[in-house]
Amino acid sequence: MPKITDVMSADHKRCDELFAKAEDAVSNGDWESGATAFRDFHDATEQHFSMEEAVLFPAVEQSTGMTSGPTQVMRMEHMQMRQLLADMDESVTEKNQEKYLGLSETLIMVMQQHNTKEEQIVYIMADQSLREKAADVLTQMGINQPQ
Amino acid sequence: MQVSRSSLSLEQAPPISVPFRFFITAPIFGLLAALLLLAYGPAILTNRWAPATLALTHLITLGFLGMIMCGAMMQMLPVLAGSPVPKVKPVATAVHSLLTIGTLALVSGFLSGITGLFHLALTALGLGFLIFIVAISMALIRIRTPNATIHGMRLAVASLATTVILGLTVGAGFSGMTSLSQLIPLTDIHLGWGILGWIGILVVGVAYQVVPMFQLTPEYPQKLTGPLNWVLFATLIIWAPLYLAWGGGQLPKWVPDTWILLPAVGYALFAGTTLWLQQKRRRRVSDITLLFWRTGMILIAACLLLWLTSFIPAAKNQPALPLLMGIWLLFGIATSVTNGMLYKIVPFLAWFHLQNRQVALMSMGKVKVPNMKELMPDRLAQRQLYAHLATLLLLTLAPFWPNPFTYIAGLSLGASCILLLLNILQAVRRYQQVNQALSDFESSR
Repeated sequence: MPKITDVMSADHKRCDELFAKAEDAVSNGDWESGATAFRDFHDATEQHFSMEEAVLFPAVEQSTGMTSGPTQVMRMEHMQMRQLLADMDESVTEKNQEKYLGLSETLIMVMQQHNTKEEQIVYIMADQSLREKAADVLTQMGINQPQ
Repeated sequence: MQVSRSSLSLEQAPPISVPFRFFITAPIFGLLAALLLLAYGPAILTNRWAPATLALTHLITLGFLGMIMCGAMMQMLPVLAGSPVPKVKPVATAVHSLLTIGTLALVSGFLSGITGLFHLALTALGLGFLIFIVAISMALIRIRTPNATIHGMRLAVASLATTVILGLTVGAGFSGMTSLSQLIPLTDIHLGWGILGWIGILVVGVAYQVVPMFQLTPEYPQKLTGPLNWVLFATLIIWAPLYLAWGGGQLPKWVPDTWILLPAVGYALFAGTTLWLQQKRRRRVSDITLLFWRTGMILIAACLLLWLTSFIPAAKNQPALPLLMGIWLLFGIATSVTNGMLYKIVPFLAWFHLQNRQVALMSMGKVKVPNMKELMPDRLAQRQLYAHLATLLLLTLAPFWPNPFTYIAGLSLGASCILLLLNILQAVRRYQQVNQALSDFESSR
């Protein structure tokens, strides 16, 4: 049975790759591929957040009965990161390299700590509390499960 | 890293004044070390047992490294492990002031030989570290499923306790409060536990978390992270009685000296792995912290080579080599790594506290929170990195040609510490400005 921890952690890695690609392009002054790579990263991250907020977190909250616990903290951190992403978006439009790199440095610190908390607390909680429902939750999040 | 569920709150990060007072104090002690180099000149780098040399060593270990490591640990435990230090504000105040007083008293004691200053130093340092160790242990014990970083922190704190007890013992012996039969071997064991235990194991444990996090490197291999901390700690436990047996004339010196190669190789393995992981990092942008860390990791390998040369008969009576070893261990490795960490911790904490307040006040779009690089501009950090590297080079030359390199290294160290202090202070000032703007916003509502 696929585990939420594995699937969602792999998605974090995918976002990390896209982040690094965009940052690399911007730091080389290559705004053309930088803008595309940032768009990809932004979309992947937003999709990840939405999957969690719309499907995973409510499912975990329902099965554990905790609504103000870790999932709430994760939502707040999503908000923090969305603000940074919006500012980064602006810096891409402005082609402001210094601004982008300052924001990407800040974002990666928040994002890595956030991902660690999810991978070591929230997803484990999800796997433990959802058990056989985990597969349904993954399907609802639109993730194709390897058989 | 399993964290207790209730502890996942953002509010558990200690107030910014808790870590920052330690970070601001550290470069001031570094500056005092520079002044000592200038005041005492070549004499300070000729014999590691000279009182002024001991004063210099402790300005770096207690004043610079100790301050940063204690401050960072109180900050990191809640953030990395979800386990806050109990009563963190009074604990930080007591630890910071006792360590400051104790370090100043110890250094003046070494320089003046006044016994009363040693009494004050041993009391203040003993009490300061006792409070720190008890408080931090309470936070560490509470973590139910510890990972390699937490294991590392636990072993590091146990090593610190050993270092402090040995330090108090040799301090009492050195100042004539008690008579000690094995003052020199005990001093070496004190510094062995301090450097290879407390500093080394903490750096290794913290690296497991921060190296992959900062540069998006692959994780450290579990084959390494699982056993390394324990091996390092266990080899030190065995080394201490071997060394004492040499001191008592029961063993030849090569036995403990060869034994210490075990942890040395362990550290070299760690350094090699870190450099390899950093080579494979996915974040390719240049990074000041990365350069500080690389310097430290390369110097770990250099120290192993230097230790091996001590087995060559011709190198045995070369007094410059033990001094060079001390310089590389304390300045080349430990100072590089901790100094580099500050360039992530300081701007991140400033941003984090401001951002949380901004969200709490719902003042987004009204008050702009500066990003990490606006709080700590790269060019300022880079300037200090160059000063640090220049100091490292000059300090490497100083044991061989104390005149004039002791003086030039002193000037360079002074410059590096002033730049570090100014860099931290400008981040603090920026923080205060924005915090004030947030307060103004709050009262205007």
